[in-house]
Amino acid sequence: MNQTLMQILIIAGVLLGTVTIAAGLIYVERKMLAVWQQRLGPNRVGPFGIFQVLADMVKIFFKEDWIPSFVDKKVFIIAPTIIMLSVLMSFAIVPFAPGIVVADLNIGLLFFLAMSSLGAYTIVLSGWASNNKYSLLGGVRGAAQMISYEVFMGLSLMGVVIQAGSFNMTEIVNAQQGMWFVIPQFIGFIIFLIAGVAETHRLPFDLPEAESELIAGFHSEYSGMKFGMFFVGEYLGITLVSSLITVLFFGGWLGPAFLPPIIWFLMKMFVFILFFILLRATLPRPRYDQLMSYGWKFLLPLSLLNVLVTGAIVLFNN
Amino acid sequence: MLSSLRSLWMVFLKMFSKRVTIKYPEEKPYLPPRWRGRIVLTRDPDQNERCVACNLCAAACPTDCISLQATEDENGRRYPEFFRINFSRCIFCGFCEDACPTYAIQLVPDFEMGEYNRQNLVYEKDDLLINGMGKYHGYSYYEQAGVAVGVKPKGGGEHESLPVDIRTLLP
Amino acid sequence: MAKIYIDNKEYQVPDGKNMLEACLSLGKDLTYFCWHPAMHSVGACRQCAVTAFRDENDTKGRIVMACMLDANEGTRISIDDQKAKDFRAGNIEALMINHPHDCPVCDEGGECHLQDMTVMSGHNYRRYRFKKRTHMNQDLGPFINHEMNRCIQCYRCVRFYNDYAGGKDFGVFASAGRVYFGRSEPGTLENEFSGNLVEVCPTGVFTDKTLRKHFTRKWDLTSAPSICHQCSVGCNTLASERYGGLRRIMSRFNGDVNGYFLCDRGRFGYEYVNDEKRLTRAAQKNTTSVSDVLTSVKAHIASRPKMIGIGSPRASLESNFMLKQLVGAENFYNGIPANEHSAVNTVLHVLQHGNVRTPSLKEIETYDTVFVLGEDVTNTAPMIALGLRQTVKTLPREKAYALKIQHWNDAAIREVVQDDKGPFFIATPNTTRLEEIATSVYHGNTANLVETAKQIEAAIKSGGWSQDSDFVNQAAKALAGSKKPLIVSGTGLLSCEIIQCAANIAGVLKAASKDVGLVYSVPEANSMGMAMLGTAGSLDDAVKRTATEDNMTAVILETDVFYRTDRKSASAFLKNCNKKILLDTTENETTPEADFILPAGTFAESDGTLVNNEGRAQRYYQVFKPNNEMRSSWAWLDMLIHQSDEARPFDAIVAEMTDALAVFSKIKDLAPAANFRIGTQKIPRQTHRFSGRTSIDAAIDVHEPKPPVDADSPMSYTMEGFHGKQPSADITYFWAPGWNSVQSINKYQIEVGGPLHGGNPGVRLIEPGENGKAAFKEVYKIPKAGAVEILPLWNIFGSGELSSKSQAVAKRVPVASVVLSEQTLEKVHHKGAEQITVQGNFEVTLPIRIDNSLPADVVLLPYGANETKGFHFPFYGYIKSE
Repeated sequence: MNQTLMQILIIAGVLLGTVTIAAGLIYVERKMLAVWQQRLGPNRVGPFGIFQVLADMVKIFFKEDWIPSFVDKKVFIIAPTIIMLSVLMSFAIVPFAPGIVVADLNIGLLFFLAMSSLGAYTIVLSGWASNNKYSLLGGVRGAAQMISYEVFMGLSLMGVVIQAGSFNMTEIVNAQQGMWFVIPQFIGFIIFLIAGVAETHRLPFDLPEAESELIAGFHSEYSGMKFGMFFVGEYLGITLVSSLITVLFFGGWLGPAFLPPIIWFLMKMFVFILFFILLRATLPRPRYDQLMSYGWKFLLPLSLLNVLVTGAIVLFNN
Repeated sequence: MLSSLRSLWMVFLKMFSKRVTIKYPEEKPYLPPRWRGRIVLTRDPDQNERCVACNLCAAACPTDCISLQATEDENGRRYPEFFRINFSRCIFCGFCEDACPTYAIQLVPDFEMGEYNRQNLVYEKDDLLINGMGKYHGYSYYEQAGVAVGVKPKGGGEHESLPVDIRTLLP
Repeated sequence: MAKIYIDNKEYQVPDGKNMLEACLSLGKDLTYFCWHPAMHSVGACRQCAVTAFRDENDTKGRIVMACMLDANEGTRISIDDQKAKDFRAGNIEALMINHPHDCPVCDEGGECHLQDMTVMSGHNYRRYRFKKRTHMNQDLGPFINHEMNRCIQCYRCVRFYNDYAGGKDFGVFASAGRVYFGRSEPGTLENEFSGNLVEVCPTGVFTDKTLRKHFTRKWDLTSAPSICHQCSVGCNTLASERYGGLRRIMSRFNGDVNGYFLCDRGRFGYEYVNDEKRLTRAAQKNTTSVSDVLTSVKAHIASRPKMIGIGSPRASLESNFMLKQLVGAENFYNGIPANEHSAVNTVLHVLQHGNVRTPSLKEIETYDTVFVLGEDVTNTAPMIALGLRQTVKTLPREKAYALKIQHWNDAAIREVVQDDKGPFFIATPNTTRLEEIATSVYHGNTANLVETAKQIEAAIKSGGWSQDSDFVNQAAKALAGSKKPLIVSGTGLLSCEIIQCAANIAGVLKAASKDVGLVYSVPEANSMGMAMLGTAGSLDDAVKRTATEDNMTAVILETDVFYRTDRKSASAFLKNCNKKILLDTTENETTPEADFILPAGTFAESDGTLVNNEGRAQRYYQVFKPNNEMRSSWAWLDMLIHQSDEARPFDAIVAEMTDALAVFSKIKDLAPAANFRIGTQKIPRQTHRFSGRTSIDAAIDVHEPKPPVDADSPMSYTMEGFHGKQPSADITYFWAPGWNSVQSINKYQIEVGGPLHGGNPGVRLIEPGENGKAAFKEVYKIPKAGAVEILPLWNIFGSGELSSKSQAVAKRVPVASVVLSEQTLEKVHHKGAEQITVQGNFEVTLPIRIDNSLPADVVLLPYGANETKGFHFPFYGYIKSE
């Protein structure tokens, strides 16, 4: 009984927590972009503009939820829900602190990879359903980009798996008691970071929605809460990738005992979220062909090499 | 790759520099006296309207928000019967000032023209006319032009010789 | 065709052109001032300099004036050669030395040939630091504004005014840097074509004074192709509007009709459109509530009253046709007096059944011998007079051509021609303006004119003219000896006999295998169309009918019955009719009598078709949608017929008319249908530079109104649409890149001065049959019932019902007076009183004006003046001295 209640509480907490963080990121991102661009940022709604999120949410809820007449209606409605669902599902395997995990699967990492692959559908389907050339182009780009970067995203994590000897997230964290995997798996970390950015199609890898060329790409035709779902989905994605980086490379909740493990986890996670925002503030968007050749011709061989070397070292040590 | 990292670092450092924006309208920026906001219509040194209703401002206007009608006084001096600008369409580009051949249209630093009723943004000549010469002192278009409209007699303008005597037989 | 080389590219050009024409026809941009396509080359301005090369090996070349260089086989020139470019830029810099800093207050600015040419030649910075020469201006009357400072001495004005239009009161004075174009004394320019100086002058020396009162730049005008309504010639015009008022009339080139020019009545007689007395709202008599007048009118029509329709020769064909449909053919009357009605019908009979071709206005210039019978064309159809003035140059020019002088070489031709004039004969009651160019003239009363014409006819027929130099012999000999004789007559004397005599002379010449032409002028813009439409009779017949029938409803279309018939008949007519429904444009004496008034549009606010004096149908378009209840008359009538709230589109009306009447079948293809599009776009009435869209109505409401939709034509009322070459019937403005002035017409023509791309608009509905016969066996002698014959005196300014309401034209209307000779005065023992009374069917007392060219038994009264309104000319009577 207690077990079940606990489980439900954890699920509700994770769900609420992640969605709240994602929503709060709207403010954090705007404020941080302003900070790095020497501006003031949101400062009108509430003290320091902190109620900006509320204002934005009210606005987005009250906007007309317009479905253009030329779209494929069913698919058009389903598409934005996929990203929300798949990302939220992924959070199930993230261990926030000892015991605070929705499902401590022993193939946790694989589950995450599977879910993130599903995310590609949201882009393809929305681009297709919008019945608009820019949206379609965005969808096609998104699909290609996600499939390409998926490959070595998975491969880059194999080093971690080899060293930890498990796909189970909790075990991976526990395997980092001595040393965070970021040190032995530095190349893996870099590759995962880049792939993570591409996977969430954040700047500089936001080619599917490139405003200047595709007028917002796959979500050109979306408005109101459906657009909001893409929006929140993106922030959830950032949170997810940041927490995975924390779990896989930076020892998860591990840290000196003067702070509770969950705080350690959140602090680490926020650093990466901020890094994501800093990336957006800094780097310009590459050309599409550059993005693809960078992925296939540079990152893929590098991640293969990483697996090879890690495997060799582990074998040698054994 | 390295340059990207360097950019990341430099942008990160911007966190600690001074903000370039201010909290307008609580804080007001400094506007130089020649800062170009909305238009006014200025007057000649002799206190007459400088505008000669040539229509060039209206033609230059990218949002077509100026309209006017020319008319004349008893001397043939041309001035606008009405001069209307719809500031709710104006984009403050200043092309009209560039186009104005008589320095009648000049831009002033006023740009804070918020209104709850759009209709109040339609300005007529009376709203635009000021009692001075603005930035260009002493300039009078009709002193330069070849027409005689009560400002000067024929041939009395700058760079003009006296009217030709067509009946003279001298070479 | 000749092969020429321009900048080393080979081109084919027609023979007999000069290089400037060739370059412009090929679409090249070459600067020029003094050359004009209608007046040709004099080589005065030196602006069209090009480098001419001997052959392909010649690299040096020499500067020549393109307008004075024959474009014959192998000619090789360069426009882009640096030497020629520098020459042109230098030349314009010299011309600009004295040009004032005026453009902002100059009415020509924005459509100035000098501006265009200055930009084109690349002169953009003033280096000359010394003083500018100035000139005093003259007051040239109500039409033309003079600003001599702007002159660049191209001489186009004198060449047009004196040489082309035959003006006598204008000239060039002084010498060297002082050259002055104007009158010897300030005063009104007397020539009837003075308005063309506005278009001929390449800069702003001569500008439109009527436009000046409500000045608008060319680019701000909303314009539509129109047809002049002020006489029967049907000149093509561009009518332009801004802020709900008509702003000006410009000539719209039509190579078959008016070419580049217009007369002053046509150009300046438009202001009645802006008159305060215009009817703008539907109204019902004795009712202040005007909310639903149309419903009451419709209800009245629905009650099937007995109707009588009064059509109008100043309304469009469609409006008259719809009236005919409404009231029935047997109840449809032409709103003109009986004698005018029969005169116009006689003209139509001659044109329809004769074998003599009536030439177009442009063709008139090609005839070599002219006989004008009984018509003062300068005052009834001025543009015909302008054409006739060119005919006297036809034969003398042959002499120049024989000396191998090219056709375009105007300066040389004039040297050869000097004052030589071709044969030109006039038989009229009194002196007319054309007598300046006449070989011989004859003055007489109508009976004498008929007699003279008969004698000429007989002499030509028998070949039996003597060597006497009397009028009949001279005229008969010249006509019989010419290659292309032209007989000109008209309805001016309101005499069918005169018209018949003219037809008979033409018939005799045709029988002698001459290429003869026969031109008639008729009273009003659509007189001919009305005659072709067919009516049950004249206004006088209608008056008679209402006297015997009760309970009639009169539907009066654009007719002031007090203008068209005498006061007594008019009042009787209005009294006898039970209900009067009036469709008219302006308040007049008839409007207070009407029970219902439906405001009709003038040419500026309606669409329609007119048939001119040669039987050419021409379409005119609505210029703007007025902000009131005005509509085309046909639209009102259509709503009455169909009891509908919205009229059918114009094309449906035309289709109904052409289906019903075979004579009008060609009208269907007159102009592009309303669904015509260029690509997917309409033809805009506004230029692409139209300004003030978001501000014009902002004072009323800051939210811009929806632009009006035009279902009647392929044009839009806005600037939205295709800005390029329009179909020739739908040219809304002339403009080409770099060519803002009217000179851009060059770009609309197949070759410069030639027809428009796509052919000149308008279709001739009447062509002579080979076996046609319109000779009149018996020309009746006119009965004489009084001491003097009282004939109408036509005046270009004053005889037009509507044009004389225009402010500028009104200033030129002469004081109404009794015109007679001293001889006549002596007969009545006149004691020197200022006024004299004319008595007959009509009576009037007016000041005396002496014209000694009049025969003793003829007196003239002004036609269309207020004092003689409703008079039926001609009539016989007496003069009574106080």
